[in-house]
Amino acid sequence: MDIEKILEEAVKQIKESDGAEKLNEIKVNYLGKKGELTKVLKSMKDLSPEERPKFGQKVNEIRKSIEEKLDEKKKAFDEAILKEKLARETIDVTLPGKVVKQGHLHPNTLTLREVEDIFIGMGYKVVEGPEVEFDYYNFEALNIPADHPAKDEQDTFYITKDILLRTQTSSVQVHEMEKGELPLRMISPGRVFRSDEVDATHSPTFHQIEGLVIDKGITFADLKGTLQVFAKRLFGEDTKVKFRPHHFQFTEPSAEMDVSCFKCGGKGCRFCKGEGWIEILGCGVVHPHVLEMSGIDPEEYTGFAFGVGLERISLFKYEIDDMRLLYENDDRFLKQF
Amino acid sequence: MNTSFSWIKDYVPDLDVSAQEYMDAMTLSGTKCEGYKEYDKNLDKIVVGKINKIEKHPDADKLVVCQVAIDENGTEVQIVTGAPNVNEGDKVPVVLDGGRVDATHSGGAAENGIKIKKGKLRGVESFGMMCSIEELGQDTNMYPDAAKDGIYILSDNPNYKDAPIGSDVVELLGLHDVMFDYEVTSNRVDCFAMTGMAREVAATFDKELKLPEVKETGNDEKVEDYISVEIKNHDLCPRYTARVVKDIKLAPSPEWMQRRLSSVGIRPINNLVDITNFVMEEYGQPMHAYDLDTIAGKKIIVKNAEKGEKFVTLDGIEHELDETMLMICDAEKSIGLAGIMGGENSMITDDVKTMLFEAATFDGTNIRLTGKKLGMRTDAQAKFEKGLDPNNAMAAMNRACQLVEELGAGTVVGGAFDDYPVKKEPITIDYTAEKINALLGTDISEDDMIKYFEKLDLTVDRENHKVIIPTFRQDLLRLCDLAEEVARFYGYDKIPMTLPKGAATAGGVSHKMRIEMKAADIMTSFGFSEGMTFSFESPKVYDKLLLREDSKLRNSIVISNPLGEDYSVMRTSAVGGMLTSLSLNYNKRNKDVRLFELANVYIPKQLPLTERPDERMQLTCGMYGKGDFYTMKGVIDEVIKGIGLNGETVYSSDSNIEYLHPGRQANVLYKDKAVAYIGEVHPTVLKNFGIGDRAYLAVIDLKTAIELLEEEDAVRYEGIAKFPAVTRDISVVMDKTVEAYEVSTTIKKKGGKILKAVELFDVYEGAGLEEGKKSLAYSLKFRAEDRTLKDDEVNELMDKIINALAEKDIHIRK
Repeated sequence: MDIEKILEEAVKQIKESDGAEKLNEIKVNYLGKKGELTKVLKSMKDLSPEERPKFGQKVNEIRKSIEEKLDEKKKAFDEAILKEKLARETIDVTLPGKVVKQGHLHPNTLTLREVEDIFIGMGYKVVEGPEVEFDYYNFEALNIPADHPAKDEQDTFYITKDILLRTQTSSVQVHEMEKGELPLRMISPGRVFRSDEVDATHSPTFHQIEGLVIDKGITFADLKGTLQVFAKRLFGEDTKVKFRPHHFQFTEPSAEMDVSCFKCGGKGCRFCKGEGWIEILGCGVVHPHVLEMSGIDPEEYTGFAFGVGLERISLFKYEIDDMRLLYENDDRFLKQF
Repeated sequence: MNTSFSWIKDYVPDLDVSAQEYMDAMTLSGTKCEGYKEYDKNLDKIVVGKINKIEKHPDADKLVVCQVAIDENGTEVQIVTGAPNVNEGDKVPVVLDGGRVDATHSGGAAENGIKIKKGKLRGVESFGMMCSIEELGQDTNMYPDAAKDGIYILSDNPNYKDAPIGSDVVELLGLHDVMFDYEVTSNRVDCFAMTGMAREVAATFDKELKLPEVKETGNDEKVEDYISVEIKNHDLCPRYTARVVKDIKLAPSPEWMQRRLSSVGIRPINNLVDITNFVMEEYGQPMHAYDLDTIAGKKIIVKNAEKGEKFVTLDGIEHELDETMLMICDAEKSIGLAGIMGGENSMITDDVKTMLFEAATFDGTNIRLTGKKLGMRTDAQAKFEKGLDPNNAMAAMNRACQLVEELGAGTVVGGAFDDYPVKKEPITIDYTAEKINALLGTDISEDDMIKYFEKLDLTVDRENHKVIIPTFRQDLLRLCDLAEEVARFYGYDKIPMTLPKGAATAGGVSHKMRIEMKAADIMTSFGFSEGMTFSFESPKVYDKLLLREDSKLRNSIVISNPLGEDYSVMRTSAVGGMLTSLSLNYNKRNKDVRLFELANVYIPKQLPLTERPDERMQLTCGMYGKGDFYTMKGVIDEVIKGIGLNGETVYSSDSNIEYLHPGRQANVLYKDKAVAYIGEVHPTVLKNFGIGDRAYLAVIDLKTAIELLEEEDAVRYEGIAKFPAVTRDISVVMDKTVEAYEVSTTIKKKGGKILKAVELFDVYEGAGLEEGKKSLAYSLKFRAEDRTLKDDEVNELMDKIINALAEKDIHIRK
């Protein structure tokens, strides 16, 4: 038998094969125990001892060739199958993803977290205080004595003669100062209460963030500088600040701070009512009497304080035109933040 | 507080700035100017015209055709008008063709005024318009002589009747003026007076302040012959001054005074009333005038009212008084409610002949409280409440008497009554430039500081570094107050911006706040959005929630002056707010809503409150739409684990919460402590809140959770299992009423240490099972730390477990 012929025939069959099964058949037919090549090999005993090694080598070469061809063809079949499978499995990647949709934090919380980050970065601790409070902490210790007209200005909700709903987070200042741990850098966010009827710009419950720094050598200039950092971080580096004199019982000198309108950059627009500026907070140098009442020597320590309305910032930041939306909890509103 | 530009310029005549410049500079020096109105902004081409002839309109009954002279040469224009009050010979304001007026005749204002053009009215040509006071942008109430509904007839007013035809009406009526609106802070009592405001203006613009020169007044009679005064309560009345005016001639006050008053919104009445109002505005000192002939015994007594006393004020309203209220009385009766309003029995009438002028100082707090109790709010009261400077009272009195003489309103009787036992003296504040600079962070020279002080009429003792504070500046008490004056006039904008230089401090949030943030973040990851609701609640909500009469949640703190019943108590649970929010969403047809709120509830330790209540931070969760009880349960488990309570939570169905479905609710226990509860909302409650879908609630008491966290062990690495686990599944059948918890605890108990996990993977009821039975399928995972488990070992444990379950009538499903 011409072994070259076997090779030729095998290669032809491999080439013409139509799948992995056929290849297997070919493999058995040629290389199997009863295969063509095995038969040839068995016929080797008829050859002379001189011819045998050469013939054996030849048969092995042919076996190798057939094996290679088989592998090659097998690979081609596998690739084709894979390719076909991949093509078949193509999906519409534009269909929506399957996840539980995330909920949304309240705009007040988002704003508060930003504000907290800014002050924590400057070494302020964030503290809380009671919402139902003694008159002393809300008024008297802040230099607003009994029967002072400033008490009327704040439209306080009273529980008893001495216990009220705090009208300002400034009350937390007093609790912190009483601890006597100086120097002190703190902000205190929280709910406050004033008897304002609900409308687009008023709510009987809202949030304030009080800030207080007490140390040796604190100045009005430090207050200005600190609040400038705050405004730029919160509203953008281009933000300008303006301080106007004002009056608060617990600070002297006192000021109100305006920031340049972040919509129009100060040129004046509908948003800032054409003024270019938006009033954002009240602040001042802590009144020495306030320090004295909490047992701090105003000759040794000075400080500054500020109070900002959280809703006010949220409304401006997100351009919300009605404060009531913040307390209605309409899903279509909350989902936007 | 309002002022007109012209009134301020009476005292600061050199002031020469635009309205905008004025507003900006005043705001920056501390008198916040909130806006202004230029009266002449929309007034153009308005002249004095004289109606020469009036004829009927040929085609309209209600219109007339007027020939109006509009200049000194007698040039006439034809104007058609519907005004009922014009007559031939009247002088009227005429806006010419192409001119502008401020508003329509009914007062409807237009941003940029209304342009008047020639045109035809019912076929007759008209070349302009005759104007009412409203069209000139003014309030008829401020022009007592103006017709209520018609053209302003200039010739009816003695001050205008001789105005030349063709002259500028805006000039004539003094409308080249600006009205400024300020927010004056409560400490600046002095700025609630024109003269005080003018002092700030003069200091702001560095101009000279010229206060009115008050001359001596009075005839050679003695006031003591007319009246005597006795003050019985000097605490509430530190000073009382009185003078008498006789031979009173009531008449309208002169034009200039009427315009000053109307410029700040006070309606001119007659010379006497106008003088008291004028002086009140000018000096900030309220005054009152009594008809002396009504005063019994020619005696004034200042004393407290009798409890239950009835008194009729001059507005005709009867008040019931109490003994804290201060009254002005004569020898027999009360004649005035001190500092608030005079009595009807002593008021000035058209027949008045002799009157008593009163300028007193009353205790501000007392006036405020009296006003509050009686529900009264008068201009005088508003001034007294702020606490007036008693040294101003006599000055105002003399100014008023001077005006009486100048206006010819009567004869001022010589002398004045003045009871002022404890004179208020100026105080002195020590200062150094270093201390002021140290507070401000500035480097301002002492000379500059002194300049600012002196501009404000403060006296400086340079040598001893003292500032003497006049009594009208009651707000200046300490060095910090002086520092603010320096800062104001140096300019807040010029103070540098620095950062505190002291030692660094460690910032950060508290543990509690970190837990809250973590809880919020977990909630949002499960699709819950954060809501916020009020801390107030209506007591009615307790009934809506079906709370038992003796429910502790009904013990809420009551607000003594609430905004209304809906906001009258402090909530003991945020569930009412949550259900209201869900209801709002349901009614807006929002699908699959999931909300949470982090907020305090207020639990009183006793009622009425004598100490602060327990403010408990709670996480309140609510949802409807996609998901069920177990969805909510899964979320709550994740939150509890996520905030660090890693041990086992136990759901106990004996929670008995009224507003939840009795068969679908549980308390969540952690180490035997109730840390949360969860459940489906009771259908009746759903109905009460108007929610038309099943809804689920869960409340985690974060205060309890945080307490539990304190006992929690720190997390430690336990190593990763080295030997393979053996898993066995069992399916057991039991009565439906048996809780899964019973099954899993039994399995765990018998499984011992090598049973590492028991996981429920199927719950089945229905075909193939007996009625009233259910099947639960569990996967049990066994593993030893030190060896590979053998089958026998596990089989033995499985037998024990199956036997133990069988004892509880829980059997392997066949």
